[in-house]
Amino acid sequence: MSKNDISITESVLPDFNSAKARNHRNKRHINDVITRYLMSFGGVSVIIAIVLIAFYLFYVVFPMFMPAKVKEFGNYAVPGDVQQRTIYFTMEEQHEIAIRVTDKGEVVFFETKDGSVRDKLKLPIPENVEITSFSSGDPTQRTLALGLSDGSVILFQHNYQVTYPNDERLITPGLFFPYGETPTSLFDEATPINFLTVQYDGEMATIIAVSESAKAKILNITREESFLSDEVEITRKQSELLLETPSLVSMRMDVEQRDLYVAGSGGNIFFYDISNKSNPSLVDKVRAVSSNERITSLEFLAGGISILVGDSTGKISQWFPVRNEANEYSLEKVRSFNKNKSPIVSIVPEYFRKAFVAVDEKGHLGLFHTTAERVVYFSKLKQDNVEAIGIAPRANAIVYQDSNTDSLHYLDVHNKHPEISWKSIWGKVWYESRAGPEYIWQSSSASSVFEPKFSLTPLVFGTLKAAFYAMLIAMPLAILGAMYTAYFMAPKMRQVVKPTIEIMEALPTVILGFLAGLWLAPFVEKHLPGTFMVFILVPLSVLAAAALWEFVPERIKHVIPEGWEAVLLIPVVLLSALTAILLSQPVENLFFGGNMPLWLSTELGITYDQRNSLVVGFAMGFAVIPTIFSISEDAVYSVPKHLTSGSLALGATPWQTMVRVVLLTASPGIFSAVMIGMGRAVGETMIVVMATGNTAIMDLNIFQGFRALSANIAVEMPESEVGSTHYRVLFLAGLVLFIATFCFNTVAEVVRQRLRNKYSSL
Amino acid sequence: MNTQIKNWFSSGRPYVWLNAGAVTVSAIMVIGLLLLIAVRGLEHFWPADIAVFDYYAEPDAEKVSYMGEYIDRDTVTRARAGNIKYEGDEFTRYLLKIGNRDVYGLDFAWVIGAGIKNESYPEDATIIERREWGNLHGFIKSVTVNGQTIESGDIWQTFQETVEASNKIHEEIRHIEKDLIGAINYKMERLRLQERRLEIKGNKTPEELADLESKRAELQSEYNVYTEQLAKLYKEFNEPFFVAVLAGGKEKTVNFSIVVRAFRPNAMSVFDKIGFYFEKLWEFLSDEPREANTEGGIFPAIFGTVLMVIIMSILVTPFGVVAAVYLREYASQGPFTRLVRIAVNNLAGVPSVVYGVFGLGFFVYFLGGSIDQLFFKASLPAPTFGTPGLLWASLTLAILTVPVVIVATEEGLSRVPRAIREGSLAVGATKAETMWRTVLPMTAPAMITGLILAVARAAGEVAPLMLVGVVKLAPSLPLDANAPFLHLDRKFMHLGFHIYDVGFQSPNVEAARPLVYATALLLVLLIIVLNLTAIRIRNNLREKYRAAEQN
Repeated sequence: MSKNDISITESVLPDFNSAKARNHRNKRHINDVITRYLMSFGGVSVIIAIVLIAFYLFYVVFPMFMPAKVKEFGNYAVPGDVQQRTIYFTMEEQHEIAIRVTDKGEVVFFETKDGSVRDKLKLPIPENVEITSFSSGDPTQRTLALGLSDGSVILFQHNYQVTYPNDERLITPGLFFPYGETPTSLFDEATPINFLTVQYDGEMATIIAVSESAKAKILNITREESFLSDEVEITRKQSELLLETPSLVSMRMDVEQRDLYVAGSGGNIFFYDISNKSNPSLVDKVRAVSSNERITSLEFLAGGISILVGDSTGKISQWFPVRNEANEYSLEKVRSFNKNKSPIVSIVPEYFRKAFVAVDEKGHLGLFHTTAERVVYFSKLKQDNVEAIGIAPRANAIVYQDSNTDSLHYLDVHNKHPEISWKSIWGKVWYESRAGPEYIWQSSSASSVFEPKFSLTPLVFGTLKAAFYAMLIAMPLAILGAMYTAYFMAPKMRQVVKPTIEIMEALPTVILGFLAGLWLAPFVEKHLPGTFMVFILVPLSVLAAAALWEFVPERIKHVIPEGWEAVLLIPVVLLSALTAILLSQPVENLFFGGNMPLWLSTELGITYDQRNSLVVGFAMGFAVIPTIFSISEDAVYSVPKHLTSGSLALGATPWQTMVRVVLLTASPGIFSAVMIGMGRAVGETMIVVMATGNTAIMDLNIFQGFRALSANIAVEMPESEVGSTHYRVLFLAGLVLFIATFCFNTVAEVVRQRLRNKYSSL
Repeated sequence: MNTQIKNWFSSGRPYVWLNAGAVTVSAIMVIGLLLLIAVRGLEHFWPADIAVFDYYAEPDAEKVSYMGEYIDRDTVTRARAGNIKYEGDEFTRYLLKIGNRDVYGLDFAWVIGAGIKNESYPEDATIIERREWGNLHGFIKSVTVNGQTIESGDIWQTFQETVEASNKIHEEIRHIEKDLIGAINYKMERLRLQERRLEIKGNKTPEELADLESKRAELQSEYNVYTEQLAKLYKEFNEPFFVAVLAGGKEKTVNFSIVVRAFRPNAMSVFDKIGFYFEKLWEFLSDEPREANTEGGIFPAIFGTVLMVIIMSILVTPFGVVAAVYLREYASQGPFTRLVRIAVNNLAGVPSVVYGVFGLGFFVYFLGGSIDQLFFKASLPAPTFGTPGLLWASLTLAILTVPVVIVATEEGLSRVPRAIREGSLAVGATKAETMWRTVLPMTAPAMITGLILAVARAAGEVAPLMLVGVVKLAPSLPLDANAPFLHLDRKFMHLGFHIYDVGFQSPNVEAARPLVYATALLLVLLIIVLNLTAIRIRNNLREKYRAAEQN
């Protein structure tokens, strides 16, 4: 053994290079590396997870703005007799089975996927009589009618029975004749019916038919079940209507059986009121196309309020009756689509949405939505010369027949959110039955053919209105308070005041909202003049107190050192506020007839809601005061002392130093405080839910409520159906809030960083 | 004089005073708010005296007899009082709690002070708290127990004894119905799911079915025993009744089964009242709500809030700390980390309702829906996790508060003096060891600060919870004696939501109002205590490091 070795074995330390030590070191190294990777992995995933929020919101919102997808799924020879021409196509709810009605009275039910015939029926048309016209009622009622060459009409419905033998869905199609299989005669003589329109809703049917003359026959059939017995009484009322024009293009009656629209070949549309069946009257007559064009297609939009007019230039326009101040209706052109360039062949409305499918002569297929003024899909079909086209009730499939190859095409349609466009969300939209374009938020209604009104503008307006009034109250209090606390206040007092105000930042806003709604709102209503007097009386009495303080003998002034003014003011503020509230009733009796809210509405025409913007301003102002106060106080406080000392040494008064030096230096910090406060006010939810009436009106009136984006989400989200347009619009509202607050906060953060750098260089 | 004022203004002193005024107003608002909540929340439990009087709404109106406690008073102008015929410009109105909702329709009434005549405070005026229809105000005329009617003598003694006895039976019934039969129902549901699972698998063997059937029969027989017991108890429970005379002389017969307690405030001494006050306060904290949340306690809401916050803490702490450690210790400091820091800071300012939207869409419908498809196919179409619940609420709030924890922890990490790190590395510790043994322990108070702030924020947040899991009335607590004990899929009650719901969705807001104030007080106290703790820890931490830095 060498001497060296001995010294090592004698050392108290273990051998540095022994296997055990090396193992231990390796283990430590591996631990170190594992920790590094685990931490990095964990850290990155947490950061990704929180950034995911923004992406997820985008991901949900995005599909709304995607165009529709249309794909041909089946292409086969037309089922039934190819020689006969098709006059009508449609499908049942599940779009498994389609129906074809031909001009020879044949009804074919067939499978949409391969065209195999399920059932073929012959309509009961008498011998030697031909079909001369056809009409389909509202598609949801599945009523069809044929006008015959002998002046009679057959009314029938196509029905589908769904059963589940062996747990599998089986749809059995069939026909039903509500008034029997014998045609109903409308004309005394055997004259062909050239134009026909019908509606039947299970209780009442109206049939309007026109033969060669301009005389339209109206037949109204009602059935009434008597209350006492099971007897059914059927009443028939027949009347005549002399049309303005003998040459018709098309004629349509609405689903309520109250309005009749007639398109004349001269390009005019005549709007008749037929709610009184025995005395129909012309309401309005408009020219729908310019002189060298003609109307090619006339169709109702779902719901039967708007009429769609297709013309020979390919333009499709939407019209509906608008009521003026004198309660008179006139037909107005609301909007038009100019996407097609050749004459419109047919317009097929969707069953429930305000959307429709249109095909022109050159074979261009377009999917349109009226409210959104959006062309959801537009493309040339594989074959032009479309003979007939039909749409599935859920608007997820289309069948059409082309007369080039006489084959039938089955198209799969993916068109989930046609009602959304940039304009329908942010712009003014002229909704059905309204007097003009408006911003409206109304997401749901009991009716299935309701036109959803998804304008976020009134909600954004409400949010901004809330933020505005909140900032109006919070900004002066918070910033002035911060200036005083940071610069003038005695340090001892500052240690108490600052945390007290800051702790309010953590106060749950649900408490503020509840106090605002249940305590403050009634209080303000009861002491309305007093509330406004507080705004005047409190600052005035503070000034008065300051003036009085000047006359206080020096002896007493010395007892209370500088920087304790805020404490002296406590009784002043309390007394003046109390005086204002106590004076409220005398003032109200004297000037406002004892009831100021009533006086406001009768004398000034200002509506007063108990839960109004003033109340929200107070409550939300309260919620953002701590935020703004805390950040601007920090900003003012961290203005380097040598700046203020220099200014004071040069003879500036403390106030001059404050305004000219401190405030100027700290202004970016105060700005960022305001931005962050603004962000908080914009996103605040519970206060606006609880302290406003939540009606989506656009009105700057301080005495009225509003509906804010955040409140709207909180109220409507739990009820919206997953994946529906409403659901995605609410996500969009969330995204808007997210982006808005993100912007406010980023600007604030960047300004603050700059300020920090500036201070460090000073 | 004019120049004097001018000089005074140019000296800037009035402006300073105005600034001081802003602070004063803010501070008064803060303290006033807390006082308002405290006074309104605490006064409710005090047993106020019951006044009995005759009331004339107009001088020539018919006499109405009232019996109730004064709740509130205010003064209104003649115009607002509805131009009544009494003389004067202003009127004092009193809000009276008259109870007897089943008789009058409303249990509150506003009366004009001028119309109150012959006011008295009889000692035997009794308030009877009931399980339905709110309080009954009246005089007890007779008590019928075991078929015997007592009309004279010590009715009050008998009455109180009967109430006590019937409350005991009520307790027993509740135990059987809720705990024992509840457990059986729970097991039955599990058996049904088990059967359904076998069905889905497609191999339902007769043995397995027989096994299920025998278990079911066992449960059924247990159930039958309990229903028999219940029938007996109910018979005993529903038998005794009493007759009360209401203000105005009307008589009312009431079963003891709906009586919670009865008291005679006019006959109570101050000490009795104090005792009663604390009894009511305890009931408020420990009991379940009654009558659409307008009576009784808020225990389920307290429990739900606490449980949700605990689960959230368990989720948020590791994630927040790991992210902070990564950002501060492992990530290379550059524009990217700066960007991430700004993003994290900003996320703390994103409105909470946006997190709620995210939680509903991502956690509930996407994650929850997928979990249901994978693991809970048997109970579909009824969703298990694909519906708002405790887990998703906690997770959403964890995401909401994780920026708070990250920021606080990072601040703590940045405050650990460099010397301590370098010392540790210099004696040969690896980076991981330095972190585990020195840096993180020193940062622990900062992490706790972050966690407390997160908890304070989570406890007061309501908007996101409305979307991801709270309900106005949860049928059962998310923690119970049925395995697996903690039911993360259940909906729960929450203090903040309770305030919103009872204050704004309740059919009887006037009756609910005091309880809302009390709930608000509890929530405010909870949050202030949490925040003060966080501030205290932070200050101690700063002191400690100042010492470490100076050494």
